[in-house]
Amino acid sequence: MIEAINDALAVSMERDPNVVVMGEDVGYFGGVFRCTAGLQEKFGKTRVFDTPISECGIIAVAVGMGAYGLRPVPEIQFADYIYPGLDQLISEAARLRYRSAGEYIAPMTVRSPFGGGIFGGQTHSQSPEAIFTHVSGLKTVIPSTPYDAKGLLISAIEDNDPVIFFEPKRIYNGPFSGYYDKPAQPWKKFDASVVPEGYYKIPLGKARLAAEGEQLTILAYGTMVHVVEAVCREKGVEADILDLRTLVPLDIEAIEASVEKTGRCLIVHEATRTSGFGAELSALVTERCFYHLEAPVVRVTGFDTPYPHSLEWAYFPGPVRIGEALDKILSE
Amino acid sequence: MADRPDGAAQQGGNRPKLALHVPEPKFRPGDTVDFSHLQIPEAGKQPRPDETCDPKDMHELAFGLVRVLGEDNKAHGPWDPKLDPDTLRKMLGHMAMTRAFDERMFRGQRQGKTSFYMKCTGEEATSVAASMALAADDMVFPSYRQQGILIQRGYPMIEMINQIYSNKGDKLKGRQLPIMYSSREHSFFTISGNLATQTPQAVGWAMASAIKGDSRIAATWVGEGSTAEGDFHSACTFATVYHAPVILNVINNQWAISSFSGFAGAERTTFAARALGYGLAGLRVDGNDALACFAAEQWAANRARANAGPTLIEFFTYRAEGHSTSDDPSGYRSAQERSEWPLGDPITRLKDHLIAIGEWDEARQEKMDLEAAELVKATTKEAEANGILGHGLHHPFRTMFEDVFEELPWHLKEQSEQAIREREIKFPGGLEL
Repeated sequence: MIEAINDALAVSMERDPNVVVMGEDVGYFGGVFRCTAGLQEKFGKTRVFDTPISECGIIAVAVGMGAYGLRPVPEIQFADYIYPGLDQLISEAARLRYRSAGEYIAPMTVRSPFGGGIFGGQTHSQSPEAIFTHVSGLKTVIPSTPYDAKGLLISAIEDNDPVIFFEPKRIYNGPFSGYYDKPAQPWKKFDASVVPEGYYKIPLGKARLAAEGEQLTILAYGTMVHVVEAVCREKGVEADILDLRTLVPLDIEAIEASVEKTGRCLIVHEATRTSGFGAELSALVTERCFYHLEAPVVRVTGFDTPYPHSLEWAYFPGPVRIGEALDKILSE
Repeated sequence: MADRPDGAAQQGGNRPKLALHVPEPKFRPGDTVDFSHLQIPEAGKQPRPDETCDPKDMHELAFGLVRVLGEDNKAHGPWDPKLDPDTLRKMLGHMAMTRAFDERMFRGQRQGKTSFYMKCTGEEATSVAASMALAADDMVFPSYRQQGILIQRGYPMIEMINQIYSNKGDKLKGRQLPIMYSSREHSFFTISGNLATQTPQAVGWAMASAIKGDSRIAATWVGEGSTAEGDFHSACTFATVYHAPVILNVINNQWAISSFSGFAGAERTTFAARALGYGLAGLRVDGNDALACFAAEQWAANRARANAGPTLIEFFTYRAEGHSTSDDPSGYRSAQERSEWPLGDPITRLKDHLIAIGEWDEARQEKMDLEAAELVKATTKEAEANGILGHGLHHPFRTMFEDVFEELPWHLKEQSEQAIREREIKFPGGLEL
């Protein structure tokens, strides 16, 4: 997925001279996860450059660059560090178009690795996506495969609205089954990892049907898509697994169609439970598909604690928690 | 604190008690004002370094006060921009127009025509004169008290009033608080109610201009109180790191609503001196001296355009009126402050200068003031035909959902339809949707 992201950036920069990449360590070094490796060498220091350690500054400067006419792609090194830049994202980038009645826009894509499963403790593991989905004017995108990462990132960069692009870092190098003691498999072993060369786009707002089944619908995104797939395989559950890809805009049609077909809905995400995006999904499914439901909508999430370093796997919504929820929803 | 004994009585032992310093302004309501503690240097005595100089060589200018207009109303010293009389009269005219506009809009708020207004009385030079030193297409990122820039740049006054009244003519579709203008055509960035946010954005715009090899620069205005915001410090860091072609104007008008400048750190140093720690050029300027304001902004603009780096300018001025129409300054500061302010009034000083050089007189000033007031009055009437706040003449209802995103997503479409249904029930007579 790292190479796919790097490729998406390179393709976008080649096509549009207004695309600039910036962030802590992204220049000469190519980023702590190597997502921007080689870009500075290829595109020069004024299009790919390091920034001071100031998330507020990084986002704000990107707003100004967007107003000028550039398409900045700022990187926030970890999603946990995005909070000092929140006011610039929420009050400024998200509202620029609205408050100026379209005179100014902030066509920026904020890339940031998010989620746990790497022993990152409470400052390198959080999933803050719900905060952004609550903000009018921001789009939130989360890929779960290298193919999607490239196509969605190119779409995000070309989009004229500000986009938060969360990269699930647990699956940067390969999908993850949810068992921390099982070695990760590299992406190249999986069909979904085939990434075409050159330019292609995946539209924002379209979910991916990762698996097809009649027993229930599972809504997931990022790392959890793979965990859910693995659990279903192990338990022999045949589910429609909808990889949402973008939380805003949300593919409500795909969700409705699937839940109406299966009559059951399980929602899985890694973020803390209370007021998480799962709550929004659950409410939408209940409001719109209630008469098709055979069982209450169930959420599987992280716990309402900070991500604990040593107890990371107790926090993570892994196979046991998902399996228990599947048993419950299918028994009703 | 593992070594701290338990129990309140023992806390601290026999060590001296620490004390918290809470700043307090020198004068409160009813106090007699004495500004003799302010060091006001003689006009014309400040050196004017080369625009490409090293910020290290500007120490004195960050602590002093650049002044051009002397007690004799003549221009003095190396900062005299030597403007021709026509330009000076134009400057005076824009400043007088800004004041006339403020007077009328303030009254409009009191008459219930809008919710809110903010005057810039006493600070007109810091926007008008500074703006005149920039090119018309240099990008400005103002705060909320720079209406003088729009007036100087020739933005139609009726558009300003439409915006203040949030009426059907308001180009911002009635979404912004009064005075939070936006005009891309006039290179005037949309104003945010969250303070100092525009400061690092201006730096980003300037960086973009440099990335593209453009020749336009950016300038931003922020109040001295808002320099306490983290955004301001991010702006200074980015500006200096990338040598951004930007001017950071700090308007030190002494008051942030009821908090005096001491709460932003003014008791210990000047706001211009903040530049030194970042390696920025720093200038402290008499903000009521229109010529000094012009000269400083021109110096900084030349510096930026020459790729010599950013400048932080502190305009030392005084907020003669309340913070806004929602504020009553008599509750927290001495009423004498305004009349005793030792740097006078910027309009009066510029007028007196023009008179002193034989290019103006009181009769012409009176005529100009009258014409300005009449123009504002007539334009106000014209704008009122488009509606005033709360009287029903606003943008069509459906526009509420426009511009959240470039395209309307399904959830906003659904909410828009609901809003229109509600509207039809509330107003069966068929008000515009």
